[in-house]
Amino acid sequence: MPTSTSKYQYITCDPTKCVGCQLCEYICSYVKTGEFNTYRSRIRTVRAEEILITAVACRTCEDAPCVIACPRDALSQDPNTGIIHVDANRCDGCAWCVEACDFGAISINPETKTAEICDMCEDLEDGPQCVKWCPKEALELTTPDRRAQRSRRKLAVEEVLGR
Amino acid sequence: MYGYSGKILHVDLTTRKTWVESKPEEWYKIYIGGVSMASRLCWENIEVGCDPLSPGNPICIANGMFAGTPVPVGGKYGLASKSPLTGFIGDSLSSSWFTIALKRAGWDGIVIHGASDDWVYVFIDDDRVEFRDASQLLGLGTFQTEETIREELGDDQVRSATIGPAGEKLVRVASVTNDSRQAGRTGHGAVWGSKKLKALSVRGTHGVSVADPDALLQLSYDITQAAQGPHTQKYRILGTMANVLNLNRLGILPTRNYQQGVFEYAELISGEYLHEHYHVKTIACAQCPIACEQMSQVKDGPYAGAMTGIDYEPLYAVGSNCGVKDLRAAIKTIDICDRGGMDAMSTGVTISWAMETFERGIFTKEDFKCAKYPEGFEPNFGNAEAVVTLAEMIRDREGIGDLLAEGSKRASAQVDAERGTETWKWAMHIKGLETPGYDARGLKTFALGLAVGTRGACHNRTAAYDPDIKGEVDRFSVDETRGKLAKSTEEYAAVYDTLPLCKFIRRCFTGKADRAGAWPAIAKLINATTGWDFDYDAVDLIGERAFTIKKAFNIREGWTREDDHLPWRWMHEPMKEGPSAGYVVSEEELEYMKDLYYEAKGWTKDGLIPKEKLIALGMEDVAEEIGV
Repeated sequence: MPTSTSKYQYITCDPTKCVGCQLCEYICSYVKTGEFNTYRSRIRTVRAEEILITAVACRTCEDAPCVIACPRDALSQDPNTGIIHVDANRCDGCAWCVEACDFGAISINPETKTAEICDMCEDLEDGPQCVKWCPKEALELTTPDRRAQRSRRKLAVEEVLGR
Repeated sequence: MYGYSGKILHVDLTTRKTWVESKPEEWYKIYIGGVSMASRLCWENIEVGCDPLSPGNPICIANGMFAGTPVPVGGKYGLASKSPLTGFIGDSLSSSWFTIALKRAGWDGIVIHGASDDWVYVFIDDDRVEFRDASQLLGLGTFQTEETIREELGDDQVRSATIGPAGEKLVRVASVTNDSRQAGRTGHGAVWGSKKLKALSVRGTHGVSVADPDALLQLSYDITQAAQGPHTQKYRILGTMANVLNLNRLGILPTRNYQQGVFEYAELISGEYLHEHYHVKTIACAQCPIACEQMSQVKDGPYAGAMTGIDYEPLYAVGSNCGVKDLRAAIKTIDICDRGGMDAMSTGVTISWAMETFERGIFTKEDFKCAKYPEGFEPNFGNAEAVVTLAEMIRDREGIGDLLAEGSKRASAQVDAERGTETWKWAMHIKGLETPGYDARGLKTFALGLAVGTRGACHNRTAAYDPDIKGEVDRFSVDETRGKLAKSTEEYAAVYDTLPLCKFIRRCFTGKADRAGAWPAIAKLINATTGWDFDYDAVDLIGERAFTIKKAFNIREGWTREDDHLPWRWMHEPMKEGPSAGYVVSEEELEYMKDLYYEAKGWTKDGLIPKEKLIALGMEDVAEEIGV
């Protein structure tokens, strides 16, 4: 199973909280395209089985395979945030990055023929809009390290206090 | 036009031709969407007087202006045909991805005409329509059919409305299923089966634009936040299953085919018990921030592995109503219904009729022979395995299941004709549609609402139980207010069913669920979506118009005042125990309330609609056909 080794933040979904409502996709597509179209969302919900639901966006991998795969050097990774930037002038929609991504987090816009990747709404003051809108607080902007810390704390509480 | 494409897609299964119909904005302002628009499409496209299972009965789908936008709970669609159970309008609602895909494909509605010679499924790929061979899908359950189509078409974004084995076999209580939600009632699955239509699949890739997106986003965000608070707590935690103990306390929990209103094992089939023992996950329809579907799974015993979403209405029907106290068997029965593509309510109430008929000695063990039990079985109330088996037999039309697949009205009529019995007296239906999970002997306003309902005995089309249960009126007696109350509550429900918005959001606008609390907020949503100028009164008219077009449809199909009836039991047999013991709805009470209701609606004493009333509602062409 692919895992992100990221030191950067990314948007993660807690599948025990996600109910599959897709509001993240609505708000993402509106923010990025000006219309409501879940096909154009940069975060995608998945209902793999009847009760197995989650959402996936860019995991800001280190040494990101999508950047390496791009034959036109259209993709670059911000060294501070890990966000993958797409140079629309260079990208020709070949989709090698889509294939390279283990998380299925990249899609090609059928009209502009350019790759679209979550940028955590870096230009917005209140941050990722999907996180803001998620009615079940299933989405979170975090890092693998912070998730691990929380898991350890939760484990400690469970083991010591039995709750 | 915002909120709509202005286009209805027509598909003819006989000729395999398709065409596009454009509708003017004025038409949308009157019929809006959901059950109202679907019923209007049915009015326009049906061969009047046709057999519901003949090619002349169209399948009419209408989505709503909010589908595909972030408006909470706005991802719903209406489905209408002439019902094979009632012979009148069969209007159902379902929700989730299918309707949103349809919206993004650019269609406000779909009308399917004719009938195919071979099993087919129709794939609507944006504006392209493809007729595809469905033979490999035959016999598959509803969920499996959806998955198989997704695999076949190679895109997990394809959304399908399907029928299961029950619909294929023209079981009259069969339903249509999409995204594990059902257009459950009035027998749509049989209509689809009669056309050899296994599924309708949609891929929609276009975006949805609205008139004022910033305003709509702000309104939607506020409602989304409010929907996480106390106004929806019941639905989010226990779901509708919270009703079991509430209705049991009122003595109106249907028990043993409505012979009783108190179930001694109610605790064991309660929402609380379900949540503690069987709940595995809460899920939402697309576009819904509430999430009420309580996925529940059986973990041990003979039904281990059965899993589906459990709601109150299916549960009373196959649970207390059949005397069943084992939730595992109830989950299994509902699972059979959901995957087989059947309305669990009508299935359960038809089974309970058969159980009572057996206990009264009219059916014998011999009548219940099947492959699983070659010697037959004894379906006494409480025999959970009998209920599970009968659901399978109805789905497959096996043995006595072939009779029960006709629904309680036809099954009882057939038995009575053959055996000279009076089993119709405990066949619990109105106009042929089986009764919902509230015993109306202890809810007299609701009794009126059910009796006059255009699709038969349906708790979703009238909210008339509300004043009864809240104690705004005396639920055991009748008075001159009931006609107006029945009108007011049915039109209130019809506003939600037409937009359509799920009624579970009704308290999230201002905290108050009444018109004053909700209509101004809904008007804002409508205006931000469409650019129209709706106000309180315009929102209120949506409901009256919706009910009027459905009633007009019924009148044209031969409805008369006698059709607004109640089951014999509710009018003649009081319950012996519990808080609602001792009451019936007498003939005099019912006829008195019907008079009040027709008067409140502005109709004649015979329940017909005056021409001027229809013209005032903007329905001139309807006035010409059925106005008096």
